[in-house]
Amino acid sequence: MANSTTEKTKTAPAESMSMMSVLAPALGWLIPGAGHMIQKRWIRGLLLFVSIVTLYLLGLAMQGRIYRANGGDILDILGFIGDVGAGALYILTLANDWGQGAIAFATADYGTKFMIVAGLLNFIAVADAYHIAIGKKQ
Amino acid sequence: MTITLNHFSAAAVFALFASIVFGITHRETTRDMVRYGLYCFAMFLGGVLVAGWAMWLIRR
Repeated sequence: MANSTTEKTKTAPAESMSMMSVLAPALGWLIPGAGHMIQKRWIRGLLLFVSIVTLYLLGLAMQGRIYRANGGDILDILGFIGDVGAGALYILTLANDWGQGAIAFATADYGTKFMIVAGLLNFIAVADAYHIAIGKKQ
Repeated sequence: MTITLNHFSAAAVFALFASIVFGITHRETTRDMVRYGLYCFAMFLGGVLVAGWAMWLIRR
């Protein structure tokens, strides 16, 4: 009897932790920094949000190009993987048909790289949110 | 709206935001995060300056 009570108290936090370990990365991918905010790391989450979103929006404002799902050139595939890391920002960009890229601007290529890096940085933030959720990091 | 940044300002903006994310995600304590973020920022900008001067020397 005592054993079953002990088992219940042991499994309850483990279940909530496993739920958070799925929810935090998923939310963090969709909205940069949200994976930290949901775990009450408000300042970290806010800084991640501002950094990643600003970098992505700057990329768009610099007439950067968005990569769509493709099976062609390896660099195009890698560009797509980077861009998709931005989550909702990427979906929003596709939905509004933004990020067409302008050859007229010499700095448009910087913008393209800004958007890819914003997505890649968000992948790192997602991994960090996961590590916090499983207790590997404070 | 179109924003045009020159090479150095683009590199500085990139370095700033990438350093913030690196600092937060690669260290445990707040103090270490700030120190690592500053270190990354200095390395990014230092790398830009070194690479810039190296390319200037190669060109001559």
